[in-house]
Amino acid sequence: MTCMEVIADYGLRSLGIGERLLPRTDFTLCQHFTLIGSGMIWNIYFGVLALAAGFFLSITVAFGKAARNPVARRASTWFIFLFRGSPLFIQFFFAYFAFLSLKQAHPAFDPLTSAAIGATLVLFLNTSAYAGEIFHGALKSIPKGDLEAADAYGITGWKRFRRITFPTMLRLGWPAYTNEAIFLFHATALVFFSGFPAWQQRGDALYYANYFADKTFNPFVPYPILAMYFIMLTLAVISIFGAINRRLTRHLPPERQTRLRFRARQFIR
Amino acid sequence: MFSYCTDPASLEGLAWLSCYLTNGKHLLFYQSFGTVLLLLFVTAPVALAFGFVGAAAARARFAPLALLAKGYTAIVRGVPDIAFFLFFVIALDQAFEYLRHKVKCPDWEGPIRQGSDFVVCSAAKLPLSNSAQWVHEVYGFALAVLTFAIVFGAFAANVLFGAMRSVPRPQLETAEAYGFSARQTFWRILVPQMWVYALPGLSNLWMILVKATPLLFLLGVEDIVYWARELGGTKNPRFSDYPHGDWRMYYFGALLLFYLGLTKVSEVVLDRLMARLTLGQATSGGDAQRKAPA
Amino acid sequence: MKKLILTTAALALMSGTAFAQDTVRMGTEGAYPPYNFLNDDGEVDGFERDLGDAICETAELSCEWVTNDWDSIIPNLVSGNYDTIIAGMSITDERDEVIDFTQAYFPPDPSAFAAMSDAFDGTGVVAAQTGTIQASHIASMDGAALVEFATPEETIAAVKSGEADAVLADKAFLDPIVAEDADLMFASDDVMLGGGIGIGVRESDTELKATLDAAITALKEDGTVNTLIEKWFDGMTGPY
Repeated sequence: MTCMEVIADYGLRSLGIGERLLPRTDFTLCQHFTLIGSGMIWNIYFGVLALAAGFFLSITVAFGKAARNPVARRASTWFIFLFRGSPLFIQFFFAYFAFLSLKQAHPAFDPLTSAAIGATLVLFLNTSAYAGEIFHGALKSIPKGDLEAADAYGITGWKRFRRITFPTMLRLGWPAYTNEAIFLFHATALVFFSGFPAWQQRGDALYYANYFADKTFNPFVPYPILAMYFIMLTLAVISIFGAINRRLTRHLPPERQTRLRFRARQFIR
Repeated sequence: MFSYCTDPASLEGLAWLSCYLTNGKHLLFYQSFGTVLLLLFVTAPVALAFGFVGAAAARARFAPLALLAKGYTAIVRGVPDIAFFLFFVIALDQAFEYLRHKVKCPDWEGPIRQGSDFVVCSAAKLPLSNSAQWVHEVYGFALAVLTFAIVFGAFAANVLFGAMRSVPRPQLETAEAYGFSARQTFWRILVPQMWVYALPGLSNLWMILVKATPLLFLLGVEDIVYWARELGGTKNPRFSDYPHGDWRMYYFGALLLFYLGLTKVSEVVLDRLMARLTLGQATSGGDAQRKAPA
Repeated sequence: MKKLILTTAALALMSGTAFAQDTVRMGTEGAYPPYNFLNDDGEVDGFERDLGDAICETAELSCEWVTNDWDSIIPNLVSGNYDTIIAGMSITDERDEVIDFTQAYFPPDPSAFAAMSDAFDGTGVVAAQTGTIQASHIASMDGAALVEFATPEETIAAVKSGEADAVLADKAFLDPIVAEDADLMFASDDVMLGGGIGIGVRESDTELKATLDAAITALKEDGTVNTLIEKWFDGMTGPY
């Protein structure tokens, strides 16, 4: 079997398209690359969806935590504590079993027990909490002068939010938010190891890497391939977020433009 | 546990619950919380030591060493930690056995990797196949600690490297002016001063380490996740005196609470530690402490 | 006779396992009643515990029980974390390529579908434990979608929650569950899979395999195996 045939058979295996049975004996390098790469579709799916939806909730949470209204403040603070204070791994387990009981209560909850919906929901809430804390920190560090200047110019209310508060908060929080995005993508690898079942062996990259390592008892091939894919994904995230960062800071003099650096500082899980 | 627990089927309510929660299996569950805490307290210093070596190496003048240290931290941070755990726990075991094999059985012929078998001579087996059960358990736990330390050592190296660079240059220059050697400057000036800069990063790392402990389950250690899944599962009256339905949600809910409590306690302790360390330091925090009314 | 002893001794020296070691570590899953499970005290219990202890007594080995997750139970045997797999593992050609099996201590047993309604006809979503003969069977069935779970417990839970339409597992495992649970019933036709259940050993451990084989033969002849099967499996008569 040539490598092209393997790609045709297994390239979209993680979506259930192509060969039904996974390879069982005589594993080739090509099979490793193809299947693990195929699994990356899921990692990207989880990450992109949770990140896109989480962006909006995280800003809501950030403003909620900074709000004067005690109910909004309490709720946001608790939300952040709940998701940042416990391991994502346990959150997945708990959510899956909770979804199972919800399902028995009402059929409307049926889709939640699938990884595609349920795990995305957990990741979405989780990243919202982490990013909410980041943006809350950024909100608190907006220079007083900026807001006072806005007041002096008579810019208030929605306009002030749209023109001053929001863009400044985004700019200040962006480097940390980039980190959160990277670690969110890493966290997607946990999904199929934490209760959520892999339908018809449609799993993510780590699921297949683990499959190969179990079958061949040789971790030195599948895991480096997985690492390579993830490093590529990480670099892609950094370049996309870097481009946005350049846009956010384009009005600043060059020496004040922060360059994004990939560092595991504040907000990884 | 209690004298009235001999016939659980006849019990109800709290009495039943008190028996259920103290049966042998639950006691093992409670012990596994100790395993998790033990892992935390063993891993933290080991990881810190790894990180210290990594950070010192990254500062080395010898370029390949610096490159190696930087590569190590970059790769560990570019790849999901769970992938590292799954990788290292097999890879370390095989690496140790391979090395022992080379040393202890030099005359061995035939390949070590035979298809899906990893064959080393029996003297090189780790632990030796005739050792007691506790040796196997300790070995498994030690592998887990080492794996955690490798991953978290890379994070710690990153934090410490940053902290070493944050120590004000004039401090080091002054030391040189007084004729300190490079080694003396490192140990007497740089290292004592870097901790306050490192602490925010290290506390963050501690929190991450706390939240990574459930991954122990994936390394084959019988930890709290293992027991929560085992205890929560449906129990058939034929095979258990305490039959019940699917209770896994409650057990994992309890684990969530345990971790929330653990992070809360850590937060409080680390805040106090920060206050203690900031005392008298030439940082804005130290300044604020000095100016605050006594 | 003397020659025989000499050869076994030489064998033992060469690969230096079973006879040289004083304990044999028995690897099991501990989650597949009545074959093996953890009892309320957290100890391994079940048919295979009783049988394993009997085998060790007959073969004059001292045995220790170890539990391991099913999905990594073969790799961990191969890497030497324990010396045998005695975990309701059916003898199949695929497994035989990786490890060796003793003779069967449990006859080929049908696998059955358990579902929430008897309308199940072999099509739909079917749950099975990862890496079992049942999972391979569903994967090759037309019209059935396989969904895999790490533990047997989870496959049952999946059917109960409607996640899967049915579960395919050893009938002896499903029997007590279906008997206790009013919602579950057997559906569709049973299928015969695998060639009986044997003890898995490393391919290099030839003399441990011989020792265990001899012990199983002895226990089959004196009726112990039959007694234990009848003790743990309701309504089954010992076949040996």
